[in-house]
Amino acid sequence: MLLIRNGRVLDPASRTDAALDVLLEGERIAKVGAGISTPDAEIFDAKGLIVAPGFIDLHCHLREPGQELSETIETGTRSAARGGFTAVCCMTNTQPVNDNASVTRGIVERAAAVGSVRVWPIGAASLGSKGEALAEIAAMKDAGIVAVSDDGKPVATARLMRQVMDYCRALDLPVIDHCEDPSLFAGGAMREGPTSARLGLKGIPAQSETICAGRDVEIAALTGARFHIAHMSTAGSLDYVRGAKKSGLRVTCEITPHHFTLTDEDVRYDTNYKMNPPLASRADREALIKGVTDGSVDAIATDHAPHHPASKDVEFDRAPFGIMGFETALALGLSELVHPGKIPLARLVELFTTGPARVLGIERKIAEREPADLTIFSTDHAWTYRAADSPSKSRNTPFDGRSFRGAPMATIVAGRIVFRRQAAASAS
Amino acid sequence: MRVVEKRQLLSAEEIGRTLQRLAHELVEKSGGTKDLALIGVRRRGVPLSQRLARIIRTSGGVEIPVGTLDITLYRDDLSTVAHQPVVQSNEIEFTVDNRDIVLVDDVLYTGRTVRAAMNGLFDLGRPRRIRLCVLIDRGHRELPVEATFVGNTVQTSDTEIVEVRLQEIDGEERVMLVDRVP
Amino acid sequence: MLERLTHLLGIEDLTREQISFILDQSKPFQEFQRHPLKKLATLRGKTVALAFFEPSTRTRISFATAAARLGADTMNLQAESSSLKKGESLVDTVKTLEAMRPDGIVIRHSSSGAPYFVAERLGIPVVNAGDGTHEHPTQGLLDALTIRDRKGKLDGWNVTILGGILHSRVARSNIHLLSKFGAQFTLCGPAMWVPRELESLAPRIRRVPRIEEALDGADVIIVLRVQTERIHEPALAPEEYILRYQLTPERLRLARQDALVLHPGPMIRGLEIDPVVADGPQCGVLEQVTNGLAVRMALLYHLVGGAPVDAPHPAKEKSSAAD
Repeated sequence: MLLIRNGRVLDPASRTDAALDVLLEGERIAKVGAGISTPDAEIFDAKGLIVAPGFIDLHCHLREPGQELSETIETGTRSAARGGFTAVCCMTNTQPVNDNASVTRGIVERAAAVGSVRVWPIGAASLGSKGEALAEIAAMKDAGIVAVSDDGKPVATARLMRQVMDYCRALDLPVIDHCEDPSLFAGGAMREGPTSARLGLKGIPAQSETICAGRDVEIAALTGARFHIAHMSTAGSLDYVRGAKKSGLRVTCEITPHHFTLTDEDVRYDTNYKMNPPLASRADREALIKGVTDGSVDAIATDHAPHHPASKDVEFDRAPFGIMGFETALALGLSELVHPGKIPLARLVELFTTGPARVLGIERKIAEREPADLTIFSTDHAWTYRAADSPSKSRNTPFDGRSFRGAPMATIVAGRIVFRRQAAASAS
Repeated sequence: MRVVEKRQLLSAEEIGRTLQRLAHELVEKSGGTKDLALIGVRRRGVPLSQRLARIIRTSGGVEIPVGTLDITLYRDDLSTVAHQPVVQSNEIEFTVDNRDIVLVDDVLYTGRTVRAAMNGLFDLGRPRRIRLCVLIDRGHRELPVEATFVGNTVQTSDTEIVEVRLQEIDGEERVMLVDRVP
Repeated sequence: MLERLTHLLGIEDLTREQISFILDQSKPFQEFQRHPLKKLATLRGKTVALAFFEPSTRTRISFATAAARLGADTMNLQAESSSLKKGESLVDTVKTLEAMRPDGIVIRHSSSGAPYFVAERLGIPVVNAGDGTHEHPTQGLLDALTIRDRKGKLDGWNVTILGGILHSRVARSNIHLLSKFGAQFTLCGPAMWVPRELESLAPRIRRVPRIEEALDGADVIIVLRVQTERIHEPALAPEEYILRYQLTPERLRLARQDALVLHPGPMIRGLEIDPVVADGPQCGVLEQVTNGLAVRMALLYHLVGGAPVDAPHPAKEKSSAAD
């Protein structure tokens, strides 16, 4: 038994924000109330800390199977735990692609054996993500996938997207798309704009994402499917989402911490600033933040994309896209959104908990009999992020050396503490 | 490290008289001024060469061409200096081929400047003859170089510096012996 | 006090004073090109690595000649024979070169930012001979020298740039340099190659769709070459380009009377420039080539010459009597 005492429980599902204790027994929450006392429980003193439902990351890359040089389920989930995440949805572009039940089962079993947090795999929409034939989606659903995507690329054609959406609607699985127009994207390295002109890097116009988002929303209207936009980065895409929600469509979206923190003006000849979708314009960033405040944005997802350091140590235009993100997500949310007063703390917690849960069609709350997944964090602990201390195999972050106020202090999954911040940095 | 003035070697008047003497020696010992040309070594060789030419013109009515040579690119110590010195152009309007050149400089010391100047001249062509004219010879040669026309010979030590100050460059006119003091 | 240059990576990073210094230092080297004996011993014993990861004849020969005339030796790396084709990373290629201890490296590469990448990792001076579509600083400098010589000064000119500016590193270097000297720019070319964001490169830039309008009042005209080998781009028919953007004698007359025509080369006579203009008195192309040599000699002299940056100052080794 584990008693979380003296903390401030912030539970969006029940709109609770109060000084309460939480008692965990086995893998479930046993009791939530004021002044719980249990003689033989292990005590966790959460004085001065927020006790939230366990964070869910809708979008990350664990690189296993096939790309273990960059990350494994073991190292990735340890990093996720350090970031306060209790469950992560890993994307499909592994080697082989997760397009059939045996790969899915492999991931699930590996995670059960060595994972620090829950791993909920996402399955491919098409075989090999080649954009031709449907993947074995129903079989994968039995094996444990929670959503479908061809992430890394868009679902190739409108026609295929329609088939996928129709099929997934019947299986009640959300379809997640990486929205991009390949002909506009072609060879691009960053967002098209004054900075790309100055740096001499091929630019990708915002319309590359927006056109595809529009296409997908239209097909969601046609099919009535659950559709979710991955790592949304443009105002144009957000407009489609707003329009869709207004029409009653089951359309949702996520944004990444780097997209509400940085812009294309921050890009320099440093591959830690190269990711897809690329860092967007200031106007897009402001629009995304507005979408957070008005409720159009459903979730924050990290798109943690680890890469073996040598593969990022190349010329900018030759480098692979992607940065790591588990361990800075909450801190960036606090520093960019909460501390400056743009959103209340409860809204931030929603974006990490009930928002993602809603996309997946599940619940996330602190209540009796719920899974004992909790994220305990501080809103003012001062610390400096050092990539070198990360359990991830990668080091590709633009935030190395950045000082923050606020951090995950402990992560509890199924009643076990899988991460606890030491007074002097490191250790999990 | 600072410099301390020790004594004056030449006054303005003495400089003037020395140049007069050198100018006349130049003309006498050249066996004809037909191919004669003066080339001043930057920096202070330049006003000196121009003054010599002027004296020769005024007293003898002969027009001797004068040129300027920058020896920066020919120095032998460039691979050891931390900052590359600023290079300047030569200004030599005449061809150097077959000329009777007199190189003019303020002080002859180790001889390395003169060696560099000769290298510079040979890059421009093939002079018939090169001779050297200096205001002060202070000894301490490190290369086998000699001056044909010498204003004054002065005994100096290693730490001393002979400072030739000319109106055109320094705004005053005298030759000083200064010492480097730690 | 002129801050010592350790690399030449981009004109954008240079101050007006540094640019003027380089141009001034190029003058003795201009004169030098007229010497009967074009050989100095200034950089004797130094080695300059010429790492050209992109094909180039003119620029490479220019740098090689500059180094040779200064007395330096060169190490030659060319893309065709380079192990880069065999998949060796830039990091390793460059470290291999470094192990042979050159005193400086001149690099041309198809990736924008590659010289910065190399400069961060090597301890020797790096000269950018063209990186992707980012900058070609020595071209910018030699163009500036040509303008200054022909027109008497560098300040305040109306500069028209014709062609595919989006893909031109030469144009960017020209814009960065001349804007530091108060130039006003008019850009004109096929619309998809002259997008709006180029206007943010400098304070006084405008884009103009018609060449006639672009040439009106121009003091300096920079004609860019037409790059037919662009990937990811649909090509433009030559006839279209000639019709709309070729610099003909008639169009040139619309500019100021003594307008200077520059071209970074190689020219495609009859495409972007009419042969009459190319061979005419207003065209400074041959001076550009000579000036390129002078500028590169001045740069190599200052960047590669002298003691290594961390070597003790020779005077400090003498007794306390030293300066």
